[in-house]
Amino acid sequence: MRPFDYIRATDPTDAAERTSAPGAMAIAGGTNLIDLMKLQVETPDTLVDVGRLDMGSIEEAGDGLRIGALVTNTATAVHPKVRADYPVLARAILAGATQQLRNKATTAGNLCQRTRCTYFTNIDQPCNKRAPGSGCGAMGGVARLHAILGTSDQCIATYPGDMAVAMAALDAHVHIQGGRGGDRQVPVREFHRLPGETPWQDNVLESGEIITAVTLPLPVKGKQIYRKVRERSSYAFALVSIAAIVAMDGGRIARADLAFGGLAHKPWHDPRLADLLVGEAPSPALFEKAADVLLDEADARGGSEFKIPLARRTLTAVLTEATETRT
Amino acid sequence: MTAHLKQDGPVDRAHLDGMQQGLLGKAVPRIEGYAKVTGTATYAAEYDVADPAEGVLVTATITKGKVTYIDNDAALAMPGVLAVIADARMTTRPAQGTAGEAPEQEPQSVSYWGQPIAVVVAETFEEARNAAKHLVVAYEADADVDLDPAAAQPEPQDGQAVEMGDLTAAMDAATHSVDLTIETDGHASAAMEPHAAIADWDGDNLTVRASLQMLNYNIAELADALGVEEDNVRLISRYVGGGFGSKLGISEEVVAAALAARQLGRPVRVVMSRQQVFQCIMRRSETHQRLQLACDAEGRLTAFGHHARVSNLPGESFAEPVLQSSHFLYGAENRSLGMDLVRIHRMTAGSVRAPGEAVGMPALEMAMDELAEKAGIDPVAFRLRNIPGENPEEDLPFTSHTLADCLRQGAEAFGWDDGPRRPRMRREGDWWIGTGMASAARVHNVSEAKARVRLTAEGRAVVQTDMTDLGTGTYTILAQIAGEMLGLPIDRVTVELGDTNHPRGPGSGGSWGAASIGSAVYLACKALREEIARRANTGEAELGLKDGAVAGGRTLVDLLGGEALEEVGHYEPGDNQDAWTASGFGAFFAQVRVNHWTGEARVDRMLGAFGFGRVLNEKTARSQCLGGITWSIGAALTEALHFDPRDGHLANPDLAEYHVPVHRDVQDVEVLMLEERDPLASAIQAKGIGELGMCGGAGAIANAVYNACGARLRELPMTPDRILAALPE
Amino acid sequence: MSETITVNGVSQPLPDDVRVSLLDFLRQHLGLTGTKKGCDHGQCGACTVLVDGFRINSCLTLAAMHADQEVTTIEGLGTPEDPSALQRAFVEHDAFQCGYCTPGQICSATALLEEIRSEWPSDASDDLAAPTLTDEEIRERMSGNLCRCGAYANILAAIRQVAEEDA
Repeated sequence: MRPFDYIRATDPTDAAERTSAPGAMAIAGGTNLIDLMKLQVETPDTLVDVGRLDMGSIEEAGDGLRIGALVTNTATAVHPKVRADYPVLARAILAGATQQLRNKATTAGNLCQRTRCTYFTNIDQPCNKRAPGSGCGAMGGVARLHAILGTSDQCIATYPGDMAVAMAALDAHVHIQGGRGGDRQVPVREFHRLPGETPWQDNVLESGEIITAVTLPLPVKGKQIYRKVRERSSYAFALVSIAAIVAMDGGRIARADLAFGGLAHKPWHDPRLADLLVGEAPSPALFEKAADVLLDEADARGGSEFKIPLARRTLTAVLTEATETRT
Repeated sequence: MTAHLKQDGPVDRAHLDGMQQGLLGKAVPRIEGYAKVTGTATYAAEYDVADPAEGVLVTATITKGKVTYIDNDAALAMPGVLAVIADARMTTRPAQGTAGEAPEQEPQSVSYWGQPIAVVVAETFEEARNAAKHLVVAYEADADVDLDPAAAQPEPQDGQAVEMGDLTAAMDAATHSVDLTIETDGHASAAMEPHAAIADWDGDNLTVRASLQMLNYNIAELADALGVEEDNVRLISRYVGGGFGSKLGISEEVVAAALAARQLGRPVRVVMSRQQVFQCIMRRSETHQRLQLACDAEGRLTAFGHHARVSNLPGESFAEPVLQSSHFLYGAENRSLGMDLVRIHRMTAGSVRAPGEAVGMPALEMAMDELAEKAGIDPVAFRLRNIPGENPEEDLPFTSHTLADCLRQGAEAFGWDDGPRRPRMRREGDWWIGTGMASAARVHNVSEAKARVRLTAEGRAVVQTDMTDLGTGTYTILAQIAGEMLGLPIDRVTVELGDTNHPRGPGSGGSWGAASIGSAVYLACKALREEIARRANTGEAELGLKDGAVAGGRTLVDLLGGEALEEVGHYEPGDNQDAWTASGFGAFFAQVRVNHWTGEARVDRMLGAFGFGRVLNEKTARSQCLGGITWSIGAALTEALHFDPRDGHLANPDLAEYHVPVHRDVQDVEVLMLEERDPLASAIQAKGIGELGMCGGAGAIANAVYNACGARLRELPMTPDRILAALPE
Repeated sequence: MSETITVNGVSQPLPDDVRVSLLDFLRQHLGLTGTKKGCDHGQCGACTVLVDGFRINSCLTLAAMHADQEVTTIEGLGTPEDPSALQRAFVEHDAFQCGYCTPGQICSATALLEEIRSEWPSDASDDLAAPTLTDEEIRERMSGNLCRCGAYANILAAIRQVAEEDA
């Protein structure tokens, strides 16, 4: 870990200002950043501790639920309103990491969690995300856990989180303060970026911007499911995960909000799925069609070919359960 | 005085059973338990040594070649940096178990990615770690590197080869046969305590606190590496945070700390990072195995073929002994067994818990399951039918044989259904449920061991040896043996381990520790009893020592007369090692569930029935078995080392990506211990136990996966991708 | 920095070097080596301590981030002479072998009992609103603490015993 200056921000404006300095980074829970600093993947000159700012509460707003940027993952998952109205979010958070980590990890930090690609975390291997232009070690290397959707020639890393996948299904919005444009809101579905030609940019946050909150829309009817497939029964990143909010009306699908983890550089949301599913009577054939749409451009560039059938089967499983279709 | 026994034949099994204290075998809580649960037990990096400097290893970022330049000056200019050391005596690989001499040295020469090449020492850990990460190193890389075990040139291991009868003809002629290839990925020990050493010189005398399993060999390895006399070296390992083979030989940080401390004239601590533990400590080799089995219509094996390919670095003699149990577990007249070793540039392959059987037995037991199915015989009955009366390859009678009892009693305790078996007979929701079983076997060894037992004038016993306790229970079982023999309650016995100033034990490894050092303590105590008996004017067998008093009412303190007594017990294996086949046996039964959508597999229930001679402590013995079963689950479902195909670096060198089982992976587990006395196994009629619990267990799980869902896996671990690929439509 | 942190009830000055993790601060600066370093990256749970009552991995946080907070380590939960109920139950059920993960397991279990009292759900909860204390709940909630010796079954027994005594 390189030496750095450690300062505490006094308010969100101060935080935005201080983190806009070259080499400055914000730290809240630290569970991802300190991990990467020890590995010398992240080498900030200044750490701006935002952890004590007043952004740690969950409030009911007229149009939904506002979760402060510094609310811990635990606090979100145990909140009565989240448990009752947004169970997919509670489930997604509880499926991630461990109680110790969830007690520390924050809403904003979790959104900004960086990839677990081991070529990214090993500074003695090439990685376009960590060292632009150095190449992608994962392609042609060990890439079992890598992306099959939205990859580029530069990068096949995945976004590793669970919380954001549920937030993408819920169509939550990220509130951002500071920066040139002042305050702004970005849908979670558009917050993370695909790697493209700039894989070092994980999301749309710009220098000097900080996340202040995430808002969930008003509760919707329907069944909420978070299904995470992983190699051990706990404390493992997703091979594939699906957040699903599915409502039925008169034997037909009335709502089908789906988001996917473990498949791409971002929580994957494909609007074509809802277009295909809504209004239809559920059936195995329909679910197969949905999987065809989801995976029509799937491309495994490492050892992650298995994710294509696995994503198909997991989607079928989730839709079967959500629509109570008999198989 | 020394009480010596070289064991050539059976010992008197009644002697130890005739003791009065009633302590041995009981479920006595660990005597060091409260030190561990309160955080007051001291592990290697935690000794309070005055003003240590902190060392951090620097590791190679090429696979093979030479270090041509290290920018010492730049590092030394960094805050707090005291030294950059790349001494030719530094070791570059861990020593193999029982090596007793230095492993490869000369860090300038690189033979695997992640090999230590230097150590940076600074005032603080933060300074040393930062400087180590920034150290500028130049290399001359050698592009000619073998990395793929399937492509490298095999070296036959002649000592392992057996040819009896005609395997091919027997396979061709048989009513039923299987011929299959099974591959297992490499494993890491992943002991929870990272390798660590604190070295401290006093003149020419060196003391190293380290985390090591076999101090009696490690002292020689360290002395040899440094070019000093053993008499000038003291090793201390009072608590070891797990070993599982990874601490059998001295590891790189031990020599690095010693050299750095010498150069700086102050104590130096070097602790490996978790990534370094993965990258430069032992791996279990991946294996490629071919099993050829055939039987007649009654299910009697007629052909037994087991061939394996394993890998290691050039210069290493260790080859994962995959066939170890295959040589004697099942009878068949026509036999062909053989091993090939290939040389590749991944980190050193060496002993990881149950080297050989951990991967050889599951493959064999998977093949046995397939053959039983073909023959239409229940898999338990099939194994019972093929237990040989004598060693099928050598004229070495079994010291004892509990496989049949383990199979029968295990099946009963598990509730094994011996009715017709076919896949997908049971389903709960999205999950298929199935059962499977496997035999267990692990060769039993003993090793030379010495221990001192002192009876103080106050009537307390003190046991001293350089033997270690890795969590195996050594502290407690030695206190129980001494208490049993000397008629003392456990709180009047002190055990001091892990210090080479004490008599040399056998070291912890190969599951021989308890039987060997326990025998030495037994011998010392027996000699003490003889002296007490002399003083009490009675025979040793008539002493009736219990709770500090002898038969007739005189007390031990009275008989000691204000004087301490001391004996060293010295146990040596003799013909009992060479003229018999000694093995622990067992049977595993597993119930698993497989998700029919995703191929996720979970072990719902697992039972192991084991026979390993005398149970020295019911609690700690059971825990050893539970540990083995937990490892079986890991080997079956989650554990795999993944190497980059281009430079051979370990791509999952941490506990996030190398998946040891978590608590939730281990559901209902049961252990059945079939106690026996094996008077040929050791002076205390006990056998090894630490490794038996994983010798075949992964096979039981694989067989249960098949029974659940119909997928016959050819690769371990059985991750969802592999199960999905093997799932029939 | 003149700021302080309270460890097991004693106020301590924070380290000068802000890079020092809470774990290294406890082990190397305060000599509280009961808190273990197993991976240094939040992947094993051996470094688990309680901060203001919540269990966290002390390796993934800087000591400096905890000014004015209260840290409880294994040494603060009990001593060999006066162990906590969980420490006693761990010994009784042989809920460890090598002992290296044990302080983290016990700190975690101490917090777990409180989390159950607060009716926090887990990934194993059938009902998010009202989780019940099943074996599966304990297993899931303890899955952030690896035990390579494989003492899980005994850890479960120890925690269950104390949880039932508590109830």
